Amino acid sequence: MLGRYRLPLTLALAGLLVIAWAVMVLAASGPTVPVDIKYSRFEPDEFRFKAGQEVTFVIFNDDPIDHEFILGDQAVQDGHELGTEAHHGSIPTEVSVPAGATVETTITFDRPGELIIGCHLPGHYAYGMKAIVTVR
Amino acid sequence: MRRLLIVPLVLVFLITSAGAAMACAGVFSPNGNVNLLRTSTLAGYADGIEHYVTSFTFSGGGGEFGSVVPLPGVPTTVERGGDWTLQRLNREVTPVREAFAGANLATAARADSAEVLLETTIDALDITILKGGGDEVGTWAKDNGFLLAPDAPEVLDFYAERSPIFMAAKFNAAAAEERGQAIGEGTPIHLSIPTDNPWVPLRILGLGKQEIERVEADVFLLTEKEPELLIPSDGLILERSEQGSDGLIADLRADKGMEWIPEDGMWLSYLRVDSAAGDLTYDLAVDVQGEAPSTIDAGLASFDAPATPVDDGLPVALLAGVAVLVAGLGITAGRWSLRRAG
Repeated sequence: MLGRYRLPLTLALAGLLVIAWAVMVLAASGPTVPVDIKYSRFEPDEFRFKAGQEVTFVIFNDDPIDHEFILGDQAVQDGHELGTEAHHGSIPTEVSVPAGATVETTITFDRPGELIIGCHLPGHYAYGMKAIVTVR
Repeated sequence: MRRLLIVPLVLVFLITSAGAAMACAGVFSPNGNVNLLRTSTLAGYADGIEHYVTSFTFSGGGGEFGSVVPLPGVPTTVERGGDWTLQRLNREVTPVREAFAGANLATAARADSAEVLLETTIDALDITILKGGGDEVGTWAKDNGFLLAPDAPEVLDFYAERSPIFMAAKFNAAAAEERGQAIGEGTPIHLSIPTDNPWVPLRILGLGKQEIERVEADVFLLTEKEPELLIPSDGLILERSEQGSDGLIADLRADKGMEWIPEDGMWLSYLRVDSAAGDLTYDLAVDVQGEAPSTIDAGLASFDAPATPVDDGLPVALLAGVAVLVAGLGITAGRWSLRRAG
């Protein structure tokens, strides 16, 4: 009796395993979050994530001018505000976003806390180009 | 905006650098700081032509710097301005000090835009007339070495919605030095722009400034008759509104390129901008056709919403409200009377 259903049961079990694996992979990779830059503002300008969560930011720069996406605490922001690095890209939390470009970066939020996303091109941060990230 | 025609106030809102812009803050030009001093502007209007005269003042520094100025239309001519027009106007509205010390030579600049309509060089200024939307003009500026302020994208869109014509002016400090141009020496430029009414961009003066920073500027209007002005806040002060004196008109007519001023005189309006940059969210709308200045021209309304003419009378909404109140009282009184009668 069971032998008659062995193949379909095996296939169904395999299917369930594949689905479970896909769900686990997707859960581990975390959400993809779009971030618009328009008129030198981040939209949205507030984010909430869970500690340990991996997040992929897709950053669209709708402005005709270059921008930056620098994630870090206040000390990081202060450092970049005084820095002279022309371009960013090698560190996931520090990305240059050229005019009209779309840039993707993946970041894992290790521990709870409050972080800031800022742009430190001349005058941009003072203009208000920042967003708040809360990690719980 | 197409209906408007005046132009004037030029403001430096873009800074260009000879090299690549630094990604982090604190550096505007790799060759040193370049500062622009206050500029003066004249918007004259006669026979359907706006005459826009402004001056860029060289204040030292290395590298290059420039500005982008919104225009109400495509200029038919872009040329070096007269030598003393702006100084003479300033003298007209400034308490008498000493004898007129003579006009300094000034240099002027012209601006560029997305589609390049016109290019010319005046002294150490490279001027380009551009046509395009805010993004296109911003891209052009970026491609041409301008370091745009963070509020530039929004401000460019603010103007491009009404007129896609811009002037970009790039001041080459090295060229100025080669020419022996001294610090404080300006370059006047004169644009002739066919328009229906004069218009003066003011919001652009706050470009690149912090919200609390002060914006101070002088705007002179010369029109064939007393104009109607739309003054939306106390950050824009009408200091003078009078028939131009015979001496002023004669002096201005004697300057280079100023023969367009009618011999029988013009009306002089002198406005002073003294505002926090964050409050300067409008332009100066002017009407010389006997109508109310347009709120669209002033940047207070968009083309999506019908422009509301400025009216000194009772607002329609207030009248409608009173009418509804009276009607309501009448109905209530009527019902009350009926009830009593019943």
